[in-house]
Amino acid sequence: MPPLLEVRELRTEFRTGAGIVRAVDGISYTVEAGETVAIVGESGSGKSVEALSILRLIPDPPGRIIGGEVLFAGRDLRKLSEEDMRKIRGRDIGMVFQEPMTSLNPVLTIGRQITETLEQHQGADRATADKRAVELLEMVGIADPRRRLRQYPHQLSGGMRQRVMVAVALACNPKLIIADEPTTALDVTIQAQILELMKSLTERMGVAQIIITHNLGVVARYAARVNVMYAGRIVEAGSAEAIYHEPRHPYTVALLKSVPRLDQPRRARLDPVEGSPPDLTKLDGGCAFRPRCRFAVEACGRSMPALETVGSGHLAACFRSAEVAAARDSARESAA
Amino acid sequence: MRDQPRPAPLLEVRGLAMHFPITEGIVVSRRVGEVKAVDGIDFSIARGETLGLVGESGCGKTTTGRCILRLEKPTQGQILYDGQDIARLAPRELVGLRRRMQVIFQDPYSSLNPRMKVGDIIAEPIRVHGLEPDPRRRRDKVRDLLSVCGLDPKFVDRYPHEMSGGQRQRVGIARALAMDPEFIVCDEAVSALDVSIQAQVVNLLEDLRERFHLTYLFIAHDLSVVRHLCQRVAVMYLGRIVEMAESDELFDHPLHPYTQALLSAVPVPDPRVEARRQFRPAKGEVPSPINPPSGCVFHPRCPMAVDNCKKARPELREMRPGHWVACSEVH
Repeated sequence: MPPLLEVRELRTEFRTGAGIVRAVDGISYTVEAGETVAIVGESGSGKSVEALSILRLIPDPPGRIIGGEVLFAGRDLRKLSEEDMRKIRGRDIGMVFQEPMTSLNPVLTIGRQITETLEQHQGADRATADKRAVELLEMVGIADPRRRLRQYPHQLSGGMRQRVMVAVALACNPKLIIADEPTTALDVTIQAQILELMKSLTERMGVAQIIITHNLGVVARYAARVNVMYAGRIVEAGSAEAIYHEPRHPYTVALLKSVPRLDQPRRARLDPVEGSPPDLTKLDGGCAFRPRCRFAVEACGRSMPALETVGSGHLAACFRSAEVAAARDSARESAA
Repeated sequence: MRDQPRPAPLLEVRGLAMHFPITEGIVVSRRVGEVKAVDGIDFSIARGETLGLVGESGCGKTTTGRCILRLEKPTQGQILYDGQDIARLAPRELVGLRRRMQVIFQDPYSSLNPRMKVGDIIAEPIRVHGLEPDPRRRRDKVRDLLSVCGLDPKFVDRYPHEMSGGQRQRVGIARALAMDPEFIVCDEAVSALDVSIQAQVVNLLEDLRERFHLTYLFIAHDLSVVRHLCQRVAVMYLGRIVEMAESDELFDHPLHPYTQALLSAVPVPDPRVEARRQFRPAKGEVPSPINPPSGCVFHPRCPMAVDNCKKARPELREMRPGHWVACSEVH
């Protein structure tokens, strides 16, 4: 069976005053039905643009999807008419964005935002939609749903607004949910509530998820497979176990080392990734991580390393991935 | 408090409270209630120490920092800075103090004037306080500060928008250092930065503390960063300190049910650890500080709450050496 979603060589660029930014520069990955895949990266890595490109929500101008295929349940979303695409968004693919205050309509009641989706996509009449809206709010753990349906977004707390977003995303029984930093704006105890809610509901309903985040803890807790992005490309992909315990790209290694961990004793100094993130208007033909990489050799400046298999279901885009593994093993030996 | 004598703290806060009035009416404004942002807290910071102040939005951690900096006039309590109570000082009596205390804010976009060059941003406090009247020597000092903070001295002629977030935060730190302060309030100083850059700035703060013998109050919601940067940590909830201890002690043996819920909510970047972890998110949301719950403010969400928790407000008790907890059910 083909995967639920297959992204092939997707490319999106933005024309800016400073030049052309290749925000997404040839990305390929798959999502199987019912599984949770994480896309992890820092600001400017292209992870959000990549998600918006799947949904064709890139503002044009200045942005443009310039190449690649997005096969969803066998159909190439890039070839659909705008009208057909609108039917996919919100029905087959649900969306949860970072800031629920800006993604909910401030002048519509909570109830209307949910029933609108149901009427639009499922042709439900008003009474059926209202009844279903109450069920959905109960499902996402909102107490007193009938009263909440008549309220406006500003009358709800941030956590409750995000629960409403989850209800809207799940309203039409989608096959896939794309969650772009779904809990970044929330406090940590509320973040945990929302992520647990999304996990239990997607498992129960068999919905696949793409979680886009910069939070390596969230990825470790919720994702089965992980794609690590840097400067518009996937630099490493694999199971969560492989990415966290057998990383083969120097950026993944450095990123994991730089994160302070709550479960490790205090050490006053952290291990940062030295240098600055790359200027995307000034990339050359070589590896974009090269200026910050302690494994870099001359070859890294001559051409861009492609994603290559380094283990079972494990890919890394680095000429030096064997040396990265060897350095890790010898560090482990000397620590033991 | 303890057997061994401790040096006099640089800062001691006693019974600090900050209640903001809620008013109604435009022409004649009436007071209809108050927000108890900070509601009676005590702590101290030794010279050269970094105290972490953690908690979720609305717990009062930022207001506490603003009271100490005297950007707010607290409703109640004492703030003893180097032995002197500054809680009631008039604005002009604070001028000398402003040089000794500085602040680094979260958002380097909004805390740097976009129309000023980086050099002028850093030089301004030196000029205003008349520390270095000679413009040439002032410029040299600014260059020194930039290089101390890991920036190329050539950045004096740049504007904030020409820099990355990490570089801008270094400018904010350089500006705070311009007055040769002894005490710095870091209010979410690394929260807006990407992890790879965040670690660089955490290390810079630690280097500067050692080099210039600084004392920090480090206000943050990211518990992992706090564990590594701070020697001691105080946890706030709804305007009160619920637990305070040395960093490793607090994170390895949290005693207050709120601290426990908070720590278990933080995912650890390791799938093996996560697969083993017991995890129960705290139920419900933080109640409003306008009408906080009676007794222990955490009791409506607390899995350990008994009847008495609704009535009596628990005070901080020292359960182990240096480990203070405000919970009547911890024994």
